[in-house]
Amino acid sequence: MTSERRTKTLTAVLMIAPFVITYLTVFAYPVYKMFALSFTDAPLIGDGRWIGFANYLKLLNQKLFFTSVWNTGYFVLLTVVPNTLVGLGLALMVVRLKGWLQSLALVLFFLPYILPVSVVTQIWEWVLDQQFGIAQYVIELFTGRRISVFRDPIWAMPMVALVTVWWTNGFNLLLFIAGLRNIPADYYEAAMLDGATRWQCFQRITWPLIWPVTALVLTLQLILQLKIFDQVYLMTEGGPFNSTYVLLQLVYREAFRLNHGGLGSAVAVFLFLIIVTVSMLQYQLLRVRGR
Amino acid sequence: MQRKSVGNILLLVLTLCVACMWAFPLYWAVVTSIKPEQEVVTKTTFIPDVFNFSAYYFALFETNLASWYVNSLVTSITVTVVVILISVMCAYALSQIVFPGRRLLYGIILASFMVPSQALVVSQFVLMYRFGLINTWGGIILPQLIVPVVVIVYKQFFDSVPKELREAAKLDGCGDFQILFRLYLPLNWGITTALAIITYIMAWNAFLWPFLVTNSEEMMTVTVGITQVDDAFGVKYARDMAVAILAALPVALAYLLFQKRVTQALMLSSGIKG
Repeated sequence: MTSERRTKTLTAVLMIAPFVITYLTVFAYPVYKMFALSFTDAPLIGDGRWIGFANYLKLLNQKLFFTSVWNTGYFVLLTVVPNTLVGLGLALMVVRLKGWLQSLALVLFFLPYILPVSVVTQIWEWVLDQQFGIAQYVIELFTGRRISVFRDPIWAMPMVALVTVWWTNGFNLLLFIAGLRNIPADYYEAAMLDGATRWQCFQRITWPLIWPVTALVLTLQLILQLKIFDQVYLMTEGGPFNSTYVLLQLVYREAFRLNHGGLGSAVAVFLFLIIVTVSMLQYQLLRVRGR
Repeated sequence: MQRKSVGNILLLVLTLCVACMWAFPLYWAVVTSIKPEQEVVTKTTFIPDVFNFSAYYFALFETNLASWYVNSLVTSITVTVVVILISVMCAYALSQIVFPGRRLLYGIILASFMVPSQALVVSQFVLMYRFGLINTWGGIILPQLIVPVVVIVYKQFFDSVPKELREAAKLDGCGDFQILFRLYLPLNWGITTALAIITYIMAWNAFLWPFLVTNSEEMMTVTVGITQVDDAFGVKYARDMAVAILAALPVALAYLLFQKRVTQALMLSSGIKG
């Protein structure tokens, strides 16, 4: 009996070993190391001295840190709710289509989501090019002039947000369509028999039943957009005048450009803590939903 | 009834218009890529007068695109195979074998969801440096191998396989490795393809980590490499678009061929069963 248990345990150990060893090496250890580094004055490569909370205090005195926090928040504000609403709106339109038309619409809306970020930014840099970009016709229509959007501190962040919504919306759309398909058709038929209008149907049936998916999309988006880096780096490099500088970019700058591994890690810890907090809130929220 | 169908048709037209507008930047990129460079900036034509593939010729033969393709293919395929392999074994053990610490392990894997891998780039870079893996395929691959959600999805699927199946196989003298690879994996083949395709797409598209860990142009992946074309040759939009389209092709094709699987995997990984 005990020998059978031992073979069982041995098999289990053999099976989990590759994952666990990889996990400990490239995941758990780096998490620990991130915290450890943040209390030292280490350069990117090499050892440093223990300096306690000095890196964190330094951040509090760094204007760029507050700029990055602010910009990250601003970006979250510009993307999370709009992206969710656009996703819901498009889903409401797409579910009404039938057959191949629906598949076609779904492909057109979803395709951007699977593209690499650098492809997305290259396409939009061309579309928004100040001299020859085709979107400048639209911009000119509203503002009366052509605008170099990524070189204008007022336009840069909203445009990065716009591109992000275009790029990532396919995923939200997908979740909403799945949610909408789960609503039984007889609810609507019964409501129609009672003479409900389309708006009433949406208000009384669709909205309450789609709310759990909406909450999921909102929180997933929140966590995702806090980690913004790629698009900003590729389109504006944080400029103009730091107007699009975000937290992850500060990590990159301190650690990889200025060779401050310790200070870079302190920023990473800050971001890490924010995201863990938000994730825990999400977990609670979704657990409440599940009950 | 008449009014309603008019409304429906209007809505249909509206939806298709919005869909076309949404996809317009993609169309515009394709059209731009097959124009001669000069025409790109002199006139706005929605259908090119002549098809000109010189931008593609440039992209294929005068950039490092070929080596970026090799790097991307090797690293994304390796990531996909290894992620699936180590996750499926771990999930099988978690689901089917009683061993000390399994609840703890499962809890840790669930909790890892919350850890943003982007925050780990500094310490992972230091680690890869210590391993001597900066600017190598190994350095690109290693930190991408932990994808907790794959383990969790597999575990849930294995949990729902009837226990009798495993018992019967045991009686026939099969070991757990045989049961996993001969029975459980084939039974869940659909979910394996779904997870593999989505892992492949994510690995192909990864930007931040490959960008940090490669420093010579020959070692870059496609996603990182194409951002270098600009710098070296100045802005030439037909070329840029041709390069971008070639970079997107492997994922766009994977998606178009396996649409259902891609969407299924995404729903599973977000917690909605597809």
